[in-house]
Amino acid sequence: MGNTITEKILMAHTKLKEISAGQLINARVDIALGNDVTAPIAINEFKKAGGTKVFNKNKIALVLDHFTPNKDINSAQQCKAVREFALKHKITHFYEAGNVGVEHALLPEKGIVLPGDLVIGADSHTCTYGALGAFATGVGSTDLAAAMLTGELWLKVPQSIKFVIYGKLQKWVSGKDLILHIIGRIGVDGALYQAMEFTGETIGKLTMADRFSMANMAIEAGAKNGIFAPDAITRDYVKSKAKRNYKFYASDADAVYADIIEIDAGTIEPQVAFPHLPSNVRSIRKAGKVKIDQSLIGSCTNGRIEDLRIAAKILKNRKAAPHVRLIIVPATPEIYKQALKEGLLEIFMKANAVISPPSCGACLGGHLGILAEGERAVATTNRNFVGRMGHTKSEVYLASPAVAAASAVLGRIASPEEL
Amino acid sequence: MIFKGKVWKFGDNIDTDAIIPARYLTTSDPQALAAHCMEDADPDFVASMKAGDIILGGENFGCGSSREHAPIAIKAAGVSCVIAKSFARIFYRNSFNMGLPIFESRDLVDAIQAGQEITVDSSAGTITVSGLDKVFKINPIPLFMEKLIADGGLMKHLAKRDSDEKR
Repeated sequence: MGNTITEKILMAHTKLKEISAGQLINARVDIALGNDVTAPIAINEFKKAGGTKVFNKNKIALVLDHFTPNKDINSAQQCKAVREFALKHKITHFYEAGNVGVEHALLPEKGIVLPGDLVIGADSHTCTYGALGAFATGVGSTDLAAAMLTGELWLKVPQSIKFVIYGKLQKWVSGKDLILHIIGRIGVDGALYQAMEFTGETIGKLTMADRFSMANMAIEAGAKNGIFAPDAITRDYVKSKAKRNYKFYASDADAVYADIIEIDAGTIEPQVAFPHLPSNVRSIRKAGKVKIDQSLIGSCTNGRIEDLRIAAKILKNRKAAPHVRLIIVPATPEIYKQALKEGLLEIFMKANAVISPPSCGACLGGHLGILAEGERAVATTNRNFVGRMGHTKSEVYLASPAVAAASAVLGRIASPEEL
Repeated sequence: MIFKGKVWKFGDNIDTDAIIPARYLTTSDPQALAAHCMEDADPDFVASMKAGDIILGGENFGCGSSREHAPIAIKAAGVSCVIAKSFARIFYRNSFNMGLPIFESRDLVDAIQAGQEITVDSSAGTITVSGLDKVFKINPIPLFMEKLIADGGLMKHLAKRDSDEKR
């Protein structure tokens, strides 16, 4: 009986000779990640357990991206605690200020996470790295503390659901639309505790940016991880970034799946997730007239250069509607620089956009773009829970960069086709 | 372990933003977080609940972010345990690691209303409802997990184990 890519990567991080879903394993961790919200608790827990030394200073990433640039005194204190820990333990991958980017865009870009890795992160969107063919999953701060101390973590081997996606994507349809469609179909707990494995001819043609968007939102279906078998597109992405060895894994033909779901991507239109669940998905044509107050383009889901290029294509020689606050958040300093170089930032500024520093702030209702009572935002982010971006009586509509850009111009949720 | 308290009932997919909104995550102080526990699901919860009370949830309780602040806020507010039809996986892990006992029971959640008083016996794996002649079964918490919860969570448990071994 064969194994899935998820099982193979997990097994490679143990001394086991065979592995199957449901098994509890103690696995070696290649990268353990924390941010300014979750690392302070992990650091306290680390100390409580008598920790004096981290297992490997090169295998820990601490990224101050949530309430930064420091929102207030409390958040400054949190960042200070993480900074002091990082300096004391000489953590190689410590990022803040001008070096910081949204963690799940930053780590792949820097080649810190690579195909075949086992990555745990005290951030639920750690599953993003599955796009590279890595096993990556979100955990809590205490698990991060244990991993920083021992370099290991207990995990239950998940069952996998295989998604076979075929058909040619329609114009303006992206990885974001595919994953929203899938979440709409299986629900916010449709893959609870399981791995989502994305396969099929459509997937083979997707850019890395699209794959990152899809793996990123696996958690929104309750999944433990989302994963893509690495291919030539993955190799092109990592070859200039990797500074250590990496390995490509693939599922066996006779691997066992909990379910196999086929999707004809050719029939999918741009998708919008209505409040207040990511599974509350409609096609853009069925969105109706939803007036918006804000459009946010950015986040670990859709703040990459490819996303900004799409937004710029739509926003060129156009302006955000007078009542709409358009906020664009390049996810990393590299993306910011590239967008500057390509003239995208100028297009955005001419469209009356605010260009934010790289930060997770607005997406989680932290700072840099909060909604007031009764306001509505279309956002390229990943969650639209009650109060996610601000007041409990505000609303978030999740969509692709193309839809968010077109909506900003028309002042209501809209398809680029309407421009 | 025995947990006895009044039940506060919430629906399906109670997410971590409802349990502890991100706007309060600029601190990890348990008492500061407890003051806003469940605020976006029920703004009166903290003011109305009493220590020992029990939260009841539907499917996928604790979905969303990995923030350990969620079980921390619930525990520090004085909630003795959480019972739901199912839990999101990161929340499930975090709860045990933080020493917050949680149990799955579809039958119980469907059978009882907010305000009823229940008794959970985690060692026996039973829940009884006052005034109702029925016993609901839950998976008992294994002994090592009971110790972990009694010690106040994973890391305190590990630290205690280390010092016990050194004795």
